[in-house]
Amino acid sequence: MIPLLLIAGLTLATAAVALALRNLIHSALLLIASWAGIAAFYLWAGAEFVAFAQVLVYVGAVSMVVLFAVLLTRRSRDDISVAIDSPARGIAALLTGGAVLGVLFGAVISSPLGAPAAGARPSLSVKELGLQLMGPHAAALLIVGVLLTVALLGAVVIAAGDRTDAAERKPEGNP
Amino acid sequence: MNAALLFATTGSVLETLPVTLRDLVTGWLPEPLRWLVNSLVGVGTLLAVIGLLFAYLTLAERKILGRIQNRPGPNRTPIPFINLRFFGLAQPFADGVKAITKEDVVPDGADKVLHFLAPVALLAFSIMTLGVIPYGRHLVLLEFDAAVLYFFAAGAATELAVFMAGWASRNKYSLLAAMRALAQLISYELPLLLSVVPAVMLAGSLALPAIVEAQGGWSYGFLPQWHVFTPWGFAGFIIFFISALAESNRSPFDLPEAESELIAGHLTEYSGFKYALFFMAEYFGMCALSGMGVTLFLGGWQAPLPFLEFIPSYVWFGVKLLSLLLVFIWIRATFPRLRMDQLTRFAWKFLVPLALINLGTAAFWSLTAGWSGPLQFVRWAVALALVLVPFTLLGRRLSAGVAPRTYRYAT
Repeated sequence: MIPLLLIAGLTLATAAVALALRNLIHSALLLIASWAGIAAFYLWAGAEFVAFAQVLVYVGAVSMVVLFAVLLTRRSRDDISVAIDSPARGIAALLTGGAVLGVLFGAVISSPLGAPAAGARPSLSVKELGLQLMGPHAAALLIVGVLLTVALLGAVVIAAGDRTDAAERKPEGNP
Repeated sequence: MNAALLFATTGSVLETLPVTLRDLVTGWLPEPLRWLVNSLVGVGTLLAVIGLLFAYLTLAERKILGRIQNRPGPNRTPIPFINLRFFGLAQPFADGVKAITKEDVVPDGADKVLHFLAPVALLAFSIMTLGVIPYGRHLVLLEFDAAVLYFFAAGAATELAVFMAGWASRNKYSLLAAMRALAQLISYELPLLLSVVPAVMLAGSLALPAIVEAQGGWSYGFLPQWHVFTPWGFAGFIIFFISALAESNRSPFDLPEAESELIAGHLTEYSGFKYALFFMAEYFGMCALSGMGVTLFLGGWQAPLPFLEFIPSYVWFGVKLLSLLLVFIWIRATFPRLRMDQLTRFAWKFLVPLALINLGTAAFWSLTAGWSGPLQFVRWAVALALVLVPFTLLGRRLSAGVAPRTYRYAT
């Protein structure tokens, strides 16, 4: 139980400090530490595969996207206002946040929480996981794949659109 | 017959020698303590061996680079007190003393905490990757069901340390280099992972000892069943090796540290022992990736021929690892550095499609495992065509309009 509390404390603490800091890079790095904490939790729970996948995807890849986004947004630290833009936006943010919290809370409340018998941890090999993913959960896997492909294509379209604009503009500017 | 028996027994004694030695030391301890001490002894041995390997790898690199460039390389450092030069074999220790006694300069505007954490994190993650590699039949420190994933997860985390180093230095060159490094590492992570997938697919396991076991045995009595001796394995190994060169920031992919463009890249603001830590992490990463390549494609600790099996498995692993590391050094002395656009284009337009096609080749290979007789020729021919045709076509397309180079302002 003590390792779990330590992991949970670290994960929550890093997330909270990431919210409070004004230096965006520090926040991003702390957020990544928080993701690593979640991976540690998976390891504690005996889900090796999920833990390593979490590190590979979040600490390795998503973190890069976050850092790139932070570095490419051209706003100095003083520009960032801490106050709420408008009441409507504040209310919308509260509503979405509340909705997500409600859904999560509902899921937590409704899931059966009982201390598992010691030593009787189910050990699932990677192969069985793969068979599960390819068999009963194939539809979910395919849908996630299509979703990610669409997102990727959207990103490519947006990025490519900028380049044609620049190419068209260039001949006019240069005599 | 008797000699063969003698060979077999000495072989098995030597084979288990490291484990026997460890048990001699720790055998008398009570159970939970014994497990702890066993692990500590394992980690200590690994760190000592890899540390020594690192020390002499730097010397070997400087010597070999020197020979290739027609100069002697470092040969002056004497062994202390006896004043014997001995080819300058004490050079790594002199370097170590120098790195420790040098002043540690931290820029005034640097982010002190991150500036300190970056080399530590980088080295820690590189050492973590070394833990899962099977160095011999009985020499695996960490046995995970998902060892391959663990290896690449720890490897991916090193990118973060490079970014931390570049950003925390508060130096334009460092930051630019860090961004370059990130772009490069992300680009080459994909072909690296994709080239590993066929090996995992054919072995049917993500555990490294199982992948090595799957490469045991000899086809036709002499050809080892290592993955590199199959069409998909050969292509996969080449892709893996090129990506490994890029992932460990080695020449010709050492753009993040391109001296002529970016001073020393993300290492610009590091000096003294922190710089040595970066250096160490680079070589550890190189060793880990080479070890992974040996494990996945070159048969791990398996002997190349049946009658050579009396030589212990860890010796074979060491020989393979060293030869791969020497290729790393050889390549560094031979190829000029790529340009940034060439680097990314090579990854996305050449390596990634080839790795994807290679996945199909491996699937064909595993589906036709039952074919025998003349059908085996068909199997080899189809698999070879699946490897070679896309390679030629993609290679032509990649160099179309680029080569041969024409010079407008020079003759």
